[in-house]
Amino acid sequence: MENIFTQWFGDNILAYILIPIPVLIWVSLFALYAVLAERKISAWMQNRIGPNRTDKYGLLQTILDAVKLLQKEIVSPYRTDTIWYNMAPFIVFTAVFLGYAILPFSSVFISADLNIGLFYFFSITSISVVGVLMAGWSSNNKYSLFGGMRTVAQIVSYEIPTALSALVVVMLTGTLSMQKYALIQEGGIFNWYIFGGPGDITKIILIPIMFVSMAILFISTLAESNRTPFDLTEADSELVAGVHIEYSGMRFAMFFFAEYAEMFAVSGVITTLFLGGWQSPFGDLIPFLNGPVMQVFWFLAKSLSLVFVQIWVRWTLPRVRIDQLMTMCWKYLIPITLVNVFLVGIYMLIFN
Amino acid sequence: MAELRTEELTINMGPQHPSTHGVLRLVLTLNGEIVTDVKPVLGYLHRCFEKHAEAMTYPQVIPYTDRMDYLNSMNNELAYVLAAEKLLGIEVPERVEYIRVIMCELQRIASHLVAIGTFGNDAGAFTPFLYCFADREKVLELFEIVCGARLLYNYIWIGGLSHDITPEFVKKTKEFIKYFRPRITQVNNLLSFNKIFIERTANIGILPPDVAINAGCSGPTLRGSGVKYDLRKDDPYSIYHKFDFDVCVGEGRYGVAGDCWNRYFVRALEMEQSLRIIEQAIDNIPEGDIASAVPKRVKPVAGESYVRTESPKGELSYYIISDGSLNPYRVKARSPSFCNLSVINQISRGYMIADVVMILGSFDIVLGCIDR
Amino acid sequence: MEITEIYEKLKKVFETGLGEIKTDIPTEPFFFADADKIDVICMFLRDEESLQFDNLSCLSGVDYDKDNLAVVYHLISYVHNHRLVLKTLAPKSNPVVKTVTDVWAAANWHEREAYDLIGINFEGHPDLRRILLPEDWEGHPLRKDYKVPEFYRGMKVPY
Repeated sequence: MENIFTQWFGDNILAYILIPIPVLIWVSLFALYAVLAERKISAWMQNRIGPNRTDKYGLLQTILDAVKLLQKEIVSPYRTDTIWYNMAPFIVFTAVFLGYAILPFSSVFISADLNIGLFYFFSITSISVVGVLMAGWSSNNKYSLFGGMRTVAQIVSYEIPTALSALVVVMLTGTLSMQKYALIQEGGIFNWYIFGGPGDITKIILIPIMFVSMAILFISTLAESNRTPFDLTEADSELVAGVHIEYSGMRFAMFFFAEYAEMFAVSGVITTLFLGGWQSPFGDLIPFLNGPVMQVFWFLAKSLSLVFVQIWVRWTLPRVRIDQLMTMCWKYLIPITLVNVFLVGIYMLIFN
Repeated sequence: MAELRTEELTINMGPQHPSTHGVLRLVLTLNGEIVTDVKPVLGYLHRCFEKHAEAMTYPQVIPYTDRMDYLNSMNNELAYVLAAEKLLGIEVPERVEYIRVIMCELQRIASHLVAIGTFGNDAGAFTPFLYCFADREKVLELFEIVCGARLLYNYIWIGGLSHDITPEFVKKTKEFIKYFRPRITQVNNLLSFNKIFIERTANIGILPPDVAINAGCSGPTLRGSGVKYDLRKDDPYSIYHKFDFDVCVGEGRYGVAGDCWNRYFVRALEMEQSLRIIEQAIDNIPEGDIASAVPKRVKPVAGESYVRTESPKGELSYYIISDGSLNPYRVKARSPSFCNLSVINQISRGYMIADVVMILGSFDIVLGCIDR
Repeated sequence: MEITEIYEKLKKVFETGLGEIKTDIPTEPFFFADADKIDVICMFLRDEESLQFDNLSCLSGVDYDKDNLAVVYHLISYVHNHRLVLKTLAPKSNPVVKTVTDVWAAANWHEREAYDLIGINFEGHPDLRRILLPEDWEGHPLRKDYKVPEFYRGMKVPY
């Protein structure tokens, strides 16, 4: 699919340099306002008002927080491993930001329409593990070492249910390209993969499998981005901020923004796989809701509602312990996803 | 090639830590993530209460007792004042007794709300913490109507009270009772019966009942292990024998009796019982004075007295020795958290760091009480 | 059980080792015991069928008078629901009292506190060190003749 930038600037280096810019703008805006949204939503759930001092709705809050963080003194502890200590936050953020390359915002705007898009996404976001481990080790602090070890164990283990539950859609579609997933689910809400995908009436059999897969994908990606109930790596009450204890100012902000950026990225992936990506739920019934601008609106609406669910879960549930986390992954989630893959395989054999 | 070192790691959960409930230092010795030894280091909040009490007169000690267990001021004052009144041999009017019981039970609800909220906060559930504190605000409002202070009251005086209650207080207390009952159910549904929370706290830190009695544990810590002992029923003081309430015991509804969940749940159940006591008391307050005739300068005979009371944290007792002068000769406060904390080494062995945080939260300690 | 009965019972088992009983104190009658026999007396109090004092409610150190320090034990029985007050005297020149940590585990920290604030040495205590004050503090504050030190580690103490 032609990218809108190559249409405008021709297929040369200028287009490719300009492509990440809208995505970068979106990521920054999102990270800024997701923090505010989280604070306001949590306040709403806890019967209080969130930030309202900067202006009536707290809209400038995060920008001013970022300014505050920029002007903080960069204090580093005594004997850190300087190269790794300085590089770690940037590696974590870069890894997550690179994952945005394959998110299809609309039918004409996708930064890089790789034909191995989904595989690329899961691989690239795993590089953040390296960054976290670097931060944990080089901070010269026992607590951050603990946090780093726990994070590595958690992220690496939860890669497996993530990949396996996404595998269900890959099997049904036969491709790994993100744009193709969005294209296939056209025709209205009942053609989305969560309701079985495009196909004839036999897809009703698939509906429970798809619901379970989407739920497991949601849970595993919560664990990937270290959100409660899986946020033991930054558990305030145990390890006093885990991996990012020794970081101050802008470096700490990088970790923070990486987490919010990853929230949106995984929501975008779940939307594309199961919820129809940028397709309108009304399909061809209401044609003007189908145009490229409206497609961006649908994609953002679906992803942002998933982000809302992530925030909601964070402020409701308590935290699990590290061994319970591992048990849940290896003893419960992986067998269920394997069963799902098996059942979808049987379905495809019988009905195709 | 370097040898792989597998010795034990010593970690310091230092005095400043978000979940040690005050300035407590725990030196943990770990084998991987499993704890092999816990050594509490106390004394960061030692304010020499007992030495001060020897230089003050008897009524002047009361604000100091407030500040010992600062979440629980009414119960602290009551314990000290009962010990002093036993020495002086005075009887207080019945109106005073009723009001004291109401205040102590309201304080019990406030203290348990903090315990439950912060315990949930340690587990990672941030929302019940704020719900509990919102309810606690209502209790503190009631205290403010009566004596003007929200946290440290200096309200219960030797021989009576400092201020009388007003009809507005009675009306607002009745409204509070109606408001609070469904809130206990809400907190239970949100936190106590939550599967993840139960996984975190059930079967952790099991305290056998004989170890608990031998080590001097008391209060919800003891009752969570299944021992049905409540000083309000077994050694009644003030007018608790007139009220009808149950003693809540950890029965192992989830997990085993004696684990963190049962200790925590005893507190949730006790709030309901306190509400019952307040209901029975608020309608029947007799008329009368709020102070009996106590001389301006309190000078008891030479002697000593020891009074045990049931504070929300456990058995709070004061031992006063008087030598016949205006100042007490020796005041010893036996605090419940001091004895409860001493078992932490025994019961934390073999669990993980996350569990140590939960065990510490389930004891509900206040460092002001421990360090005095 | 009343304190006089308990005293008679104890007197039958331990002829030496018990001091006098004081029942004329209006609020809390008590009796004395010797400092070197206190652990066997307490073990007997805990284990004897009709007494069964299974809980040590409080252990306080007291600066008794000019020459003596005292340790006061308040014992409670959960089983029979009676209580007892026991005192031990130790001379200020050599304040040594036998420990009761083997009888009640609660005594462990209480004795450390008594050592810390009053200065009584408990013989046989597994871990006798200061608990509330810093490890290198000098002096025992709750004694009546305690003088606050001028400097502690270079910081001026009374300000």
